[in-house]
Amino acid sequence: MPKAVAITGNEAVAEAMRQLNPDVVAAYPITPQTEIVQIFSTFVADGLVHTEFVPVESEHSALSAVVGASAAGARAMTATSSQGLALMWEVLNIASGMRLPIVMPVVNRALSAPINIHCDHSDTMGARDSGWVQIYSENVQEAYDNVIQAVRIAEHPDVRLPVMVMMDGFIISHGMETVTLLEDDVVKRFVGEYRPEHSLLDVDHPVTFGALDFADWYFEHKRQESDAEAGVSQVVISVAEDFARISGRRYGLFEEYMLDDAEIAVVALNSTAGTVKEVVDALRSDGVKAGLLKLRLFRPFPHRDVLSALRHVKAIAVLDRADTYSTMGGPLFIDIRNVMYDMPGPRIVNYIYGLGGRDIDLDEINKVFEDLKDIATTGKVGAPVTYLGVRE
Amino acid sequence: MATLRELAQKDELLTGGHRACAGCGAPVALRMALKAADTPVVVGCATGCLEVTTTIYPYTAWKTPFIHSAFENVAATISGVEAAYRSLKRQGKINREIQFLAVGGDGGTYDIGFQSLSGAMERGHDMVYICYDNQAYMNTGIQRSSATPLGAATTTTPAGTVMPGKPQTRKDLTAIMAAHGIPYVAQTTISHWNDLVTKVKKAFAVKGPAFVNILATCRLGWQIHPADSIEVCRVAVDTCFWPLFEVENGKWRLTHKPREKKPVVEWLKRQGRFKHLFTDQNRHILDEIQADVDRKWEELLRRCGEGSS
Repeated sequence: MPKAVAITGNEAVAEAMRQLNPDVVAAYPITPQTEIVQIFSTFVADGLVHTEFVPVESEHSALSAVVGASAAGARAMTATSSQGLALMWEVLNIASGMRLPIVMPVVNRALSAPINIHCDHSDTMGARDSGWVQIYSENVQEAYDNVIQAVRIAEHPDVRLPVMVMMDGFIISHGMETVTLLEDDVVKRFVGEYRPEHSLLDVDHPVTFGALDFADWYFEHKRQESDAEAGVSQVVISVAEDFARISGRRYGLFEEYMLDDAEIAVVALNSTAGTVKEVVDALRSDGVKAGLLKLRLFRPFPHRDVLSALRHVKAIAVLDRADTYSTMGGPLFIDIRNVMYDMPGPRIVNYIYGLGGRDIDLDEINKVFEDLKDIATTGKVGAPVTYLGVRE
Repeated sequence: MATLRELAQKDELLTGGHRACAGCGAPVALRMALKAADTPVVVGCATGCLEVTTTIYPYTAWKTPFIHSAFENVAATISGVEAAYRSLKRQGKINREIQFLAVGGDGGTYDIGFQSLSGAMERGHDMVYICYDNQAYMNTGIQRSSATPLGAATTTTPAGTVMPGKPQTRKDLTAIMAAHGIPYVAQTTISHWNDLVTKVKKAFAVKGPAFVNILATCRLGWQIHPADSIEVCRVAVDTCFWPLFEVENGKWRLTHKPREKKPVVEWLKRQGRFKHLFTDQNRHILDEIQADVDRKWEELLRRCGEGSS
C-alpha cells in the first residue's frame, strides 16, 4: 500500500533515490541540497542500496564521475544547487553531447555575487541551453514523482539525454508536506533495468566516447541532439501516463489551472505556482476569469502545447524568478513571448520577483492580476517588465 | 620482467595511423604502458595532444574502451567508470577483471586537472594515472606549465631581452603524489622501456590508486630532431634531471643510478628551447639549473637511503 508521510523535499528526493537504487551516485554537498547527499549517505552506510557512492572533491568532479559511470553502463545520479551547478557547467554540455541518461535533482538557489543561499532560479536558468531536459516541481510530492519519472524519460531510446529535476531551495527542500510514497518494488518495476546500447565495460566491443569532431561531423551530431529534444515531449507524456497507472497522480507538460476559460492568466514555475492557485481561487469566487499555466517541462520548451493553451487568454503575466540581464525580461518571459509571437491577441507582461529568496505573497500576486485586468480591458501595456517586491 | 620479444607479441591497444607528430613521446609511452596490462583496460584521456591525435571522428586508434570528457577531469571520469565497475560487479552483472587507466599530459595533470587527480587518489579508486609529461601545453602551442623547467623558452615564457625563458623551477609532482600516501608512485621515461613497463605493471597490480609520471618528448616544444626523441630522454636520466625511482607503500627506491652523473648542460644543449641560455648574459641560469638538479638529486638519494653520489 502506498503510504502518506510528512517529509521535506530533500527527504523525498533522497527517498526516491533510495528506491531508484542507482548503480553510482557521485555528489558534493552544497546548501540547500546538502541533506540529499547526507541522507543518501546513510542509506549507503546502512546497506539499503547497492549504490557505489563517490564522495568527490567538487561538483565538477561529481558530474565528471557520473559521466564516466554512465558511459560505463551504470545508472548514475548526482544532485546540486547554485554554485555547484555553475561549476558543473562545462560537464553539463558533455553529458548531453554524449547522450548520457543522467538524472540530477537540482535544488534551486541564487547564484553569487552577492552570495545568497536562498531560492531563485538563476542557477538552472543559466543551464537552460545546455541540452539537458529540465523539469520543474511545485511541491514535495511533485519533486518525488518527477525524479522517478526522470529516469524513464532520460533512458528512453528516443531521448537518451540527461534530465534535471528542480525544486525550490528551502521553500520546498526544507518545507515539510504530506506526501504519498510508492512502494519500493513498484518504483523498481516502473524504472526497470537500465540496458545501455554501448558501455565502456563491454571490453569485447570497445568503443570510443568523446571523440574529436571537426567541422565535417560536429554539426551533424549536434543536429541529432536537437532532433532528440524534439521527441522529448511525447516521451514525457507517455511516461506520465504510465506513472498515473502506478500512482493515480496525473502529469503533463504543464498544469492548466482554471485556464480553459481564463481571460487573464499567470505563467509560473515551481513553488510560486501554489501561491498563484490561492489567488486564482479567490478571484474565481469573485467571478474573475483568472487562470494559471504552471510549466513542468521547461526544456525542451513545449511550444505548440503552450501556444494552444494560452491563445484564448487576453492578458498574460509571466513570473520569472531569474533575470537575464538582457533588459528584455526574464528567461520564461522571453520564451513565452517567442511562442506567442505568431498569435495576435494576448498581451504579455513580465514580473521578475523573488530573487535571493525574497518571498512573494498573495497581495503581490493579486496586484499582478489587477494589472492584467487593466491590460485586458484597455489592451494597453505600460512597462513590459516589472520588478515585483523590490525596493526601487 | 617481460622480454622485448614477449612485449612485441602482445596486441597493440593503441594502433598506428594516429596523427601524433613523428618523434612524439606520448604514444610511445602509452604503447609501452598498455603492454604492461594483463587484463582488458579501459582508458580515459584528458584533452590534449594524445587525445586529439588518436580519436579524430570517425576514426579511433584505441582498440580498447576509451573515454575523453574534458581537460581537467580525467581522474574524476575514470573514478566514475571504476565506481560503476565495482557496483556492477558487486551486483553480479559483470564478472570480468578489468583495469582502469587515466592519462593526461602535464597541463591536464600538474595544473588544471590537479584537484581532480588529488581527489581520485585520496578516495582510493583502483586505477592507474599516467602523466605523459612533455613539460608544457604542447597541444595549444607550447605554453608554459608548472612542469616546464627553469629557463625553458615557451610561447608564454619566450626568451626575450629581459626575460630569459621560464623564471620558475618545475613542480615536483611525483613527490606530491607520493605525499598522498597511495600504494604506488613512480617516475620513469620512454628511453628505459624495461623500467617503464615494470613500473606500469606494478601500478596495475596494486590494489588501489597508482601514479606513474613519464617524461615524454615533444619534438616541437623541445626543438629536437624527431629521431633524437628517445636519446634526449636517456640523457635526462643520465644527468639526473629526471631520475628513475618508485615509492612503493611509502618506501622510496631508486630504480636506476647513472654510473656517471653527467652535467645537466648535456641535456639542455640538445634542445632548442634552452638555446638562449648558452650566452654570456644567461650563463648564470645554467649554473642555477645545475644547482637545482644537484640539490634535488641529493634529496632523492637521501629519501631512497642511497649514499651521496
